[in-house]
Amino acid sequence: MKQLFGGGIHPDGHKDMSRGGAAVPVPAPETVVIPLCQHIGSACKPLVAVGDAVLMGQKIGDGEGRCSPVHATVSGEVTAIEEREVPGGAKVLSVVIRNDFKDARAEAKGAEDYMSLSAAEVAAMVREAGVVGMGGAAFPTNSKIASNEGKTETVLINACECEPYITSDDTIMCTCPGDVIGGARLLAKALKARKSIIAIEDNKPEAIAALRAEAGEDELVEIRVLPTRYPQGAKKQLILAVTGREVAPGARSGALFNVTTTANIFRAVTKGQPLLEKIVTVTGDGANAPQNVLVRIGTSFADVIKAAGGIAEDTKQVIAGGPMMGKAVDTLDVPVVKGTNSILCLTKACDAAADPVCIRCGKCASVCPMYLQPLYLYRYAKAGDKEMLNEYYLNDCMECGCCSFVCPGKLPLTETFVQAKQLLKGGK
Amino acid sequence: MNLTVSAAPHIRSNETTRKIMLDVLIALAPAMIAAVIFFGVRALVLTAISAAACVACDALMGLALRRKADCVGDLSAVVTGVLLAFSLPVSCPYWVVIIGDAFAIIVVKGLVGGLGQNVFNPALGGRAFVMLFWPAAVTRFSLDAVSAAAFGTVDIVASSTPLQTMSRSVLPEASLLDMFIGNIGGCIGEVCTLALLIGFAWLLYRGVISWRIPAAYVGAVAVLTLIFYRGDNALAWMLYSVMGGGVMLGAIFMATDYATSPTVPAAQIAYGLGCGVLTVVIRYFGIFPEGVTYAILIMNAFAWALDKAMPVRRFGVMKGGAGK
Ligand code: SF4
Ligand code: SF4
Repeated sequence: MKQLFGGGIHPDGHKDMSRGGAAVPVPAPETVVIPLCQHIGSACKPLVAVGDAVLMGQKIGDGEGRCSPVHATVSGEVTAIEEREVPGGAKVLSVVIRNDFKDARAEAKGAEDYMSLSAAEVAAMVREAGVVGMGGAAFPTNSKIASNEGKTETVLINACECEPYITSDDTIMCTCPGDVIGGARLLAKALKARKSIIAIEDNKPEAIAALRAEAGEDELVEIRVLPTRYPQGAKKQLILAVTGREVAPGARSGALFNVTTTANIFRAVTKGQPLLEKIVTVTGDGANAPQNVLVRIGTSFADVIKAAGGIAEDTKQVIAGGPMMGKAVDTLDVPVVKGTNSILCLTKACDAAADPVCIRCGKCASVCPMYLQPLYLYRYAKAGDKEMLNEYYLNDCMECGCCSFVCPGKLPLTETFVQAKQLLKGGK
Repeated sequence: MNLTVSAAPHIRSNETTRKIMLDVLIALAPAMIAAVIFFGVRALVLTAISAAACVACDALMGLALRRKADCVGDLSAVVTGVLLAFSLPVSCPYWVVIIGDAFAIIVVKGLVGGLGQNVFNPALGGRAFVMLFWPAAVTRFSLDAVSAAAFGTVDIVASSTPLQTMSRSVLPEASLLDMFIGNIGGCIGEVCTLALLIGFAWLLYRGVISWRIPAAYVGAVAVLTLIFYRGDNALAWMLYSVMGGGVMLGAIFMATDYATSPTVPAAQIAYGLGCGVLTVVIRYFGIFPEGVTYAILIMNAFAWALDKAMPVRRFGVMKGGAGK
């Protein structure tokens, strides 16, 4: 199959390591840590106080503006509201709950006639359930639903999962295709679109089969198989691959939902179920038994790893997310948050060369999906030349890592661009 | 457990500078074999000495300037050494090639910042340097393979190369087949078009270079010599022009040198065309029969400027509005 967007790379997938079977539930931990900001936007205010008893599924934080509420994922007692480290290193105000192991649930009620709800109604339910984008950005999903009603002909469902190693989306498609297809139909209907297109890469044959079987001859859902290539799951690249159109700089990319998000939308609307658990892929050559696990949000990485068979002694790096764009953590004492799709354990940290030399091979430019010139951007970043950085559109860089991946001189290209963007913002 | 925190991406391809240079050397191997067949073992010895001298100079520079002397491991000096030897006649004295190597690595490459930083192609710079001071060593060719002994001095039986003949507007005696397989006079690595094309195919297959610079270069030479032909057979004149002399070696291996050529696709085309035009102009109007060395060196100076001159294509911004 011909590739459908420019640039990109073919890293080893390593997906078979963790693929297959249902996600194994991780036992609920003694305590959960629920950060009050697990999305892009303003943080929640706590709705509970230390000492309060909470029910599983009870809303414990909410706020105004672009904010997505958070819920207790176990029943028990609030023991602290304090700053805790989250994956990525930031310290975020969090509600700490001691589990009473009763799993006493807050009441939840879904809509019965879910296919006739308006976008506003769906958005409200999705917001109440605390659903955020699971593809990485963790954008509050309700705003996307509300703002795209009637504005789009097709709803795009991103099932590419193009990062190597990760198979959590794959698992949800194989084990809960009903939720995925249901969510896709619901979104198409609510947004008044003609149909939803589920875009999936051809390295997930079982998921494709499961979705096809579930969808049948439904006119509201199309399953579009794309040739595997990283970063096809990036917004603009996916839109280009599916529609043939390039999204203009600064333009909003419209109705695009991650596949796990879509399933969660379905659950939120039909069952009134808040987002309490996540499928997380524990994998990498450092993982003793790579697999997918079902985790309550707020469970620490350490607990998840223990339940998933532990990691090798010589594990050098633990990454929240995939190897291309994930964030390395410095401690396992961080909670799984809504956006955590993988805990990747590697026995080899890939250090940039001590003395990297650009040989001007041009490979970085040829793989850049945004058509940038990493070799020149790197020079300008090193020289602190803001004008040229702008002229070469540094801010178009989506930090996909392709350039750093291919560079034979092992230059820290992506790494440098992340910093240079701060420079352009006026920081530092 | 001590966890390493580093910025993404956390995996990298196993592509290295060394592997790329190794691919270039593999691509040069067919031409080396052809050279030994047509010029004798001295061609191999001269090339080996040149490569060794370049590596030695590179290591010295690494030590002297306290740059990571990784430079020897990356094989780029070996490539420079081989290319410089390839652009000399087999009769060239060993000391001349060593001086050329030293100039190439120390002055043209090392003093301006080393690998990737040089403006001019080191091999061509070295060749231009010896051409300036010892023109005879570079421009006199021995046709007789056997007479060029591997060691000791060489009796130069001055004979003419196709290009020298052509500079008198006369087609060479060699058949087109001889031209193609390299059974002609000329520099060590330039004569066998067939071998060079095999090398080109390897470089393309391995993704080391794109077709743009070589195609634009050879294309420009072909078109110009077809239009402004001499003698009475335009097609033959064109074919002899492309295959006689250093166009093939230059277009495939010299003009595509990463450090000294553009990286932007459109700029690569412009650069290749420029090399081709200059080669023909120098051949027709210059004092030497050959123009490849100076043509590429002149274009080297514009490589970075050409990259910058090309309009930057921005994602989502189409020429002439929306669309594919
Ligand atoms: S890939 Fe690396 S070595 Fe090649 S041009 Fe880009 S920065 Fe330079
Ligand atoms: S990290 Fe940025 S510059 Fe590098 S390939 Fe991706 S978009 Fe291009």
